[in-house]
Amino acid sequence: MSGHSTYEPKTGFTRWLDSRLPIVRLAWDSFVDFPTPKNLNYWWTFGGILAMCLGIQIATGVVLAMHYVAVGTGDVAFNSVEHIMRDVNGGWMIRFVHANGASMFFLAVYIHMLRGLYYGSYKAPREILWILGCVIYLLMMATGFLGYVLPWGQMSYAGAVVITNLIGALPIVGKAITTWLWGGAAVGAPTLNRFFSLHYLLPFMIAGVVVLHIWALHVPGNNNPTGVNVKSKADTIPFHPYYTVKDGFAMVAFLILFAVFVFFLPDALGHVDNYEPANPLKTPAHIVPEWYFLPFYAILRAIPDKLTGVLMMFGSIGLLFVLPWLDTSKVRSMRYRPSAKLYFCIFVLVAIGLGFCGANEPDQKLIPGVSGFQLLDYNLNSFVWLSRLLTTYYFAYFLVITPLLGLTETPLAVPDSISTPVLSGAAALPKGATAQAEKKG
Amino acid sequence: MANTVVDSDPHAGDPNRRDFIHIAAATAAVGAVGSAVWPLVNQMNPSADVLALASIEFDLTKVQPGQQIVVPWQGKPVFVRYRTPAEIAKAVAEDNAPMKDPAKDASRHKDGKPQWLIVVGVCTHLGCVPNFGTGEYGGWLCPCHGSQYDTSGRIRKGPAPLNLEIPKWDFISDTKVKIG
Amino acid sequence: MLRKTKVLAAFGLALTFTGLAFAAPALAETTQAELKDVHWSFDNPVFGKFDQEQLQRGYKVYHDVCANCHSMNLMTFGDMAGKGGPFYNEKYPNPNDNPYVKALAAEYKVADVDHDTGDAIERPATTADHFKAPFANEYAARAANGGALPPDMSLLAKAREGGPAYIYSLVTSYQANPPAGLTVAPGKYYNPMFPGDLSSAWKGDPKAVPKGGLIGMPPPLRDGAVTYDDGFKATTDQEAKDVAAFLAWAAEPHADDRRQAGFSVVIYLLIFAGLLYASYKRIWRNIAH
Repeated sequence: MSGHSTYEPKTGFTRWLDSRLPIVRLAWDSFVDFPTPKNLNYWWTFGGILAMCLGIQIATGVVLAMHYVAVGTGDVAFNSVEHIMRDVNGGWMIRFVHANGASMFFLAVYIHMLRGLYYGSYKAPREILWILGCVIYLLMMATGFLGYVLPWGQMSYAGAVVITNLIGALPIVGKAITTWLWGGAAVGAPTLNRFFSLHYLLPFMIAGVVVLHIWALHVPGNNNPTGVNVKSKADTIPFHPYYTVKDGFAMVAFLILFAVFVFFLPDALGHVDNYEPANPLKTPAHIVPEWYFLPFYAILRAIPDKLTGVLMMFGSIGLLFVLPWLDTSKVRSMRYRPSAKLYFCIFVLVAIGLGFCGANEPDQKLIPGVSGFQLLDYNLNSFVWLSRLLTTYYFAYFLVITPLLGLTETPLAVPDSISTPVLSGAAALPKGATAQAEKKG
Repeated sequence: MANTVVDSDPHAGDPNRRDFIHIAAATAAVGAVGSAVWPLVNQMNPSADVLALASIEFDLTKVQPGQQIVVPWQGKPVFVRYRTPAEIAKAVAEDNAPMKDPAKDASRHKDGKPQWLIVVGVCTHLGCVPNFGTGEYGGWLCPCHGSQYDTSGRIRKGPAPLNLEIPKWDFISDTKVKIG
Repeated sequence: MLRKTKVLAAFGLALTFTGLAFAAPALAETTQAELKDVHWSFDNPVFGKFDQEQLQRGYKVYHDVCANCHSMNLMTFGDMAGKGGPFYNEKYPNPNDNPYVKALAAEYKVADVDHDTGDAIERPATTADHFKAPFANEYAARAANGGALPPDMSLLAKAREGGPAYIYSLVTSYQANPPAGLTVAPGKYYNPMFPGDLSSAWKGDPKAVPKGGLIGMPPPLRDGAVTYDDGFKATTDQEAKDVAAFLAWAAEPHADDRRQAGFSVVIYLLIFAGLLYASYKRIWRNIAH
């Protein structure tokens, strides 16, 4: 971050290049000699993991696009994917890496975001960093949605119909916009073709925003598990080799999980209905999006009114953008905020719970065998009412709990600096501290 | 408080930055990247469905003596020519004539069946399809830049550098051949 | 301590909900009997492998019985001679040369154009040709099957919950006499494994609606429907197992390749991770963190 660059070009060529385009200097300052807090734990490795996921998706995606055909006579798109699976050399591997890679990408991004929430990484002066991250997340969701449509299976088609019809809920302009999106009276070949074009485009936009995201990170420097700012050189170590190797290890561990899905359970996260070519005349019995969209699907279906449901669904993501201003806490890291930690844990469970709600039919019995009673439009013993309960907590967490907690809680004593708790053990804590802070997050 | 942790110079007491373990890890990384890149490159090689069409069978009884039939193979035209005895004799007689790409006629057909000449109908100059039977040598004449081939498909005049290519082919019966 | 208890309690509650969510509560409408417990050589996600002889028997069942109504449009004859396939022969690494599949293909005539005259003709199929569909198009298929469309079998084993176990269970669960009180429409057959909602066709106790549905396909297999060349007895059960295995292979011909590659990849990554971890520990040993 701030501070004079330590890069010294040693050869004639590197000096020549440095005076014309200091790109090696930029790489050196950002990824070699960059002063990084020395106490980062494994939750901090997910940024690097995400960059690796983006690279994998782009590489496999560009290759798949060499063989994929979107539109023609007959089940062209569906059959071109099977052509990749059966005829293209190693095509089955590239396809499964790309499909499961999307799931792994979202798994990593959710962990990365939860890290941000827990350690207060979104708080000043990193608000723009956080907002850029939210933009990346939105672009990822759009890319994932577009990509799932491309194989043109039953679930691809159903997903395209459901999501584009949501836009129709907008008053006055809704119908015109959906017709414009479809390129016709319904989802069809023109829709698929433009989805392919956009699916190829968006990842490069993501890459651009990622560059801004890393730039925005490098201005204040990384947050760390204590949430305490870097005070001196004693608090930091150079990014290389300490974090290049640690990130490398975390990436390989992540790849092991990735490989287990790709090679042993490649269809586990998908849906059997998508192995049937799209049939506009036959709707699948249970339409579900991919797992990473399920919580938002649950929020959407919890609200009886279509437009309000759409607004709440987008609102649940929009809330993230303004989080830095909703949080009133003076303490950054939840390591020292025991009440916040509890509500955060509940939030995580609520998000997972919303995911399960999204996977089930709204009117399905929540507790089998219990008949329950009718409450307004649905039986109380149904996934809809659970979704409504969990949605309430989700919004309350951001709009009520987070602002209030910062004003009312009693945080633990925060260490003076990053180095203090490590170097001096218990003596570093001020007198009267109610509990010992954990050493590792 | 006793402070047993060293933190001033990260490299103090570390005599060997090129420790074996780092080299081993870096080697494993190179291996991983290489094995990841190979499938991404190999996928552009011909796929199974393209290779399935890599060989075709052809019924020789369709060709009249002195005529040729053009067979599409792997996207290219292949000339299957039923040579007359006069054409064979002329080709053999000129075996030692000066030519850019010398070749004996015997090397350009299967043993015992000199009447069957199978060549890829793509001019070795810039890729046009030569015309049958025209030109001074009785073989083919390429209309694009005037290359002339004899009745053995050898380049005799004009800018083409090589003889017409003989594809991999074989008899699978007296009247059927497999090309490719 | 109290904090931790609260957190644990919340976690436990969520886990209970999770468990219940997965307890498969009785669906309001569509029902299906529990699939039979059946196993194949390729069951294990890591070490499973197709049994080539079983695939050959399965192809025989498909060819003699199923192919009369069901297409398999994504499969070529040459695919069956590829590595892992039913007729793969090491002597003929190029499927174009494999004499068995060439002969199989030549039994069929496919449409083509005469290059000399331009007329539409029929020629014997080659290894490059796809399996010939029994009907010219969807309408012909429906017309010949009472309005029902026999699904294409190229991906059937992957397009149904339960995969080959479902296919096996389905074709071995036809009942000679459907439960009394069930109205079976003409041209349909009761099958407890076929997902369906029989509440409107059931005249018995409303709490005891039979599971399953009405399928348009009559029982396709019977003892001795095919003759096996390798000495296996062609019982309905054996035929069902073999054709389900063949369909599982047809849905993903490279599955064996995938599992074997996965084994090597995961071993390599584990070793790689170990090396990186040791490297990491060595680099960090002097840092207080």
